[in-house]
Amino acid sequence: MPDTAPMQAQDSTARSAGWRGVVADWSSDQQSFKDVSWGKAMMWIFLLSDTFIFGCFLLSYMTVRMSTVVPWPNPSEVFALEIGGVHLPLILIAIMTFVLITSSGTMAMAVNYAYRRDRRRTALLMLLTAALGASFVGMQAFEWSKLIHEGVRPWENPWGAAQFGSSFFMITGFHGTHVTFGVIFLVIVARKVWRGDFDDGRRGFFTSRKGRYEIVEITGLYWHFVDLVWVFIFAFFYLW
Amino acid sequence: MSSAAPGVQEVIPASDVAEAELYHPHSWLTKYVFSQDAKIIGIQYTVTALAIGTVALVLSWLMRVQLGFPGVLSFIDPATYYQFITMHGMIMVVYLLTAVLLGGFGNYLIPLMLGARDMVFPYANMLSYWTYLLAVVVLVASFFAPGGPTGAGWTLYPPQAILSGTPGQDWGIILMLVSLMLFIIGFTMGGLNYVVTVLQARTRGMTLMRMPLTVWGIFTATVMALLAFPALFVGAVMMLFDRLLGTSFFMPALVELGQLREHGGGSPILWQHLFWFFGHPEVYIVALPAFGIVSDLISVHARRNIFGYRMMVWAIVAIGALSFVVWAHHMYVSGMHPYFGFFFATTTLIIAIPTAIKVYNWLLTLWRGDIHLTVPMLFALGFIVTFVNGGLTGLFLGNVVVDVPLSDTLFVVAHFHMVMGVAPILVIFGGIYHWYPKVTGRMLNEGMGRIHFWVTFLGAYAIFFPMHYLGLLGVPRRYHDLGEMAFVPPSTATLNAFISLVAFVVGFAQIVFLFNLFWSLRRGREAGSNPWNATTLEWQTPETPPGHGNWGKELPVVYRWAYDYSVPGAARDYVPQNEPMPAPTRAATGQAT
Repeated sequence: MPDTAPMQAQDSTARSAGWRGVVADWSSDQQSFKDVSWGKAMMWIFLLSDTFIFGCFLLSYMTVRMSTVVPWPNPSEVFALEIGGVHLPLILIAIMTFVLITSSGTMAMAVNYAYRRDRRRTALLMLLTAALGASFVGMQAFEWSKLIHEGVRPWENPWGAAQFGSSFFMITGFHGTHVTFGVIFLVIVARKVWRGDFDDGRRGFFTSRKGRYEIVEITGLYWHFVDLVWVFIFAFFYLW
Repeated sequence: MSSAAPGVQEVIPASDVAEAELYHPHSWLTKYVFSQDAKIIGIQYTVTALAIGTVALVLSWLMRVQLGFPGVLSFIDPATYYQFITMHGMIMVVYLLTAVLLGGFGNYLIPLMLGARDMVFPYANMLSYWTYLLAVVVLVASFFAPGGPTGAGWTLYPPQAILSGTPGQDWGIILMLVSLMLFIIGFTMGGLNYVVTVLQARTRGMTLMRMPLTVWGIFTATVMALLAFPALFVGAVMMLFDRLLGTSFFMPALVELGQLREHGGGSPILWQHLFWFFGHPEVYIVALPAFGIVSDLISVHARRNIFGYRMMVWAIVAIGALSFVVWAHHMYVSGMHPYFGFFFATTTLIIAIPTAIKVYNWLLTLWRGDIHLTVPMLFALGFIVTFVNGGLTGLFLGNVVVDVPLSDTLFVVAHFHMVMGVAPILVIFGGIYHWYPKVTGRMLNEGMGRIHFWVTFLGAYAIFFPMHYLGLLGVPRRYHDLGEMAFVPPSTATLNAFISLVAFVVGFAQIVFLFNLFWSLRRGREAGSNPWNATTLEWQTPETPPGHGNWGKELPVVYRWAYDYSVPGAARDYVPQNEPMPAPTRAATGQAT
C-alpha cells in the first residue's frame, strides 16, 4: 500500500529497512493496523486483557494447589459418570469440550456466510452456535448440581483439599459466565442479521450507530476466545 | 490546504468519521450529564476525582493531627486511624491519580491531540464514567456502613484484611473490593477506547511518531493498565470469596482469638503477588502520563523542541515493559528466595536507565531554552526536581539489603509520596493550569496559581524530606501512636509536629486551587484559542472550548511533529502541526522523521 500521508519530501522517498522499517510501518499514518476496523481492534485488545484475567485465575489455582497440604482430589474420579453400568472418567467433560469446539466450527461458518450476505444461513448458524453454547452451559449446570449433591462446596469437599471446590466453582463459573454472555451476544446479533439491520443501515438501540456484517466476525472472535480458554481450563484443571 | 496524494480516501476511510456517525445529543441531559462526548466525560472524570481526592486530603489532615499531636482528637482511635490510612491511600492512588490522568486528561486530550472527532466508542466511554462514579459511590458508602471502611491498609494484605480485629471487617472490606472491581470494569471500557483511538483513529499525517508525548504516555499507561488491572480483579474476586463464602485462597490455617479458624491451605503470598503485579505497573500507570504531560509543558513553555523525541518514546515504552517484571521488589520481606530478590533488584535498577534518559532529555530541552516561568512551567520544573528526589530513594529501596531494614518505616512513606504522590500531582496541577484555558476559554488566575505552586512545592519538601530522617531513625509506618519505643528518640515527636503543621498549610493551598477553578470560570482572563502559542492540535480547534465533533467541517491534516518551536527562519516561534511545510524544504527545518 502506498504511503499517502502528507509527509515531508524526504520521508516519502526514503523507505527504511530493518527495525526502523518495522517501526515506520507500525507507526505509519492514521492506522497502525491497516484496514482493521475499530470494533475488531477493540475486541482483540479486550481479549488480550481478558487473557490476563484467565491467566491469573489459572495461576492462582495452581498456586493454591501447591500451597495446600491436603491431597488434591483426583479429577478423573470426581468427574466420572456411570452410564449404563459403565464407569466413564471425564465423560461429561469430554462431551462438553466436544460441544464447545463444534460450536466454534459453526461460528466460523456463520462468519463466512455473513460476508457473503447470506442472511438466513448466517442467522441460523449463529443460533446453532448459541444453542451449542447454551447446551454447554446446561451441562455445566448439571455438573455443578451433581457435585453440589455429592457435597462439594466452595469451602469444603468430601475428597480432599478445600481449594478444589473453591477453584472449580470460581474458574468454571467465570468461564460459564463468559459463555453465557457469548450466547446472549450471538442471539442479539443473529436477530439483527435476520432482520437485515446491516443491509438497511438501521441504527443501534444504545449507540445509535449503524452496524455492519463485520460484527458477526467480532462476535466470532469472542466466541473462539472463550473456546480457547476452555481448552486451557480442561488441560490444567480436569486433566492434571 | 491538503497536499495529500490521491487515493487516501479509499485506503483509510474509518478515521474520518462522517458527521452522520457522530452521536448528536438531543437534550440538556444527553449533552451535559449522560454525555457521549469525550470532552465532557473527561471533565466529569476530573471533577469527580478531585472531589473524592478532597476527601482523601481531609483524611490525611486527620492522620497528621494524630501523628503530630497524639490524642488531640479523641475520636481518632487506632481503628479509625487504620481506616483513614487505608482510604487515603486507595483513594489517592486509584480513584484520584489513575482517574484524573487516564480518565480525565486521556478523554479530553487524546481525540483533540490526534485530530479525531471523538473516542471511537463514545457510548462505552460514557458507561466507563458512570461505572467509575458508581465505584466511587460504593467506596464512599463504606464510610457509612456498619463498622466503617476497611482498615486493612491500602495493600489489603490477607489474612488480616478479612479477620475480625481489623476495622471494617463487616462491610468495609466487601465494599472496598466491590468498588475496586467496578472501577476496573469501568476503566476497561474507557481504556479500550483510548487504545483503539490512538492506534486506529488518528487524523491524516498523524503518525505515531508525530504524536505529542502526552498521548504516548497516556497510551502506554492505558495498555499497561489493561494488562495489570486483571491481576487485581482476580485477587479481589478471590478475597471476596474468602470473606463471603469461606473459601481459603489466601487463608492459611490460623488461630483467631484462641479459636482455630475454618480456613486452611491458602497462600497469603499469592495475594501479594497478584496485588503487586497490578501495584507496580500502577506506579507507572500514574507516572507515564505525567512524564508525557511534563514533556509537553516543558517544550511549550521553554519554546524549544523536546530533546531526543524518539528516545523519549522508547523510554516510555521500555519503562512500561520493564514495570511488569519488577513487582516482587515490594515483597523483599515476605520471605522469598534470595535469588528472586536478586532478580527483582536487578530489573528494578535497570528501570533507572530509561528514567534517567527522560530526566536528561528534559534538562537538555530546558538548556538554552526561552524559559517562561508560567504557572504550568513552575509545576513542570517542580515535578522534575521532586521526581529525581523520589527516584533516588527508589534506588535505595530497590536494593534488597537496604530495603530490608528500611521496610515499613517512614522512609518508604517518604519515598513513594515523593515519587508517585507529589510528583504526579504536580503534573496534574500543571496540566490543569495549562489546559484550563482550552476547556473553559479563560485563564486560571495567575496570582493564586503562584501561591498554590510555591506553598505546595516547598510544603511537600518540608513534609517529606524530614520523613526520610524519621524513617532512618526507625519510625515505623502505619502506627497510630509511637508510645514508648526505646529506639525512637524523643526528637521525632517535634519533627512529626512540624510535618503536621506544614501539612495543614499545604492542604489549605489546595483549597486556594479549588477556589481558583471556580473563580476563574467567570472572572478569569479571556484566553483566546491558543494562549500559550503551542503547536499541538488541541490548540488549533476552530472554537474554544472545542465544539461538538471538535473540528467543524474538516479534520485537520498534520504535516509535522508536535515540537516545532523556535524554528529558524519561521515567521513565529512556533509552527502548528497542521501547517504545511514550505515547498522547498531547507535542511534546517526537517526534524520530523
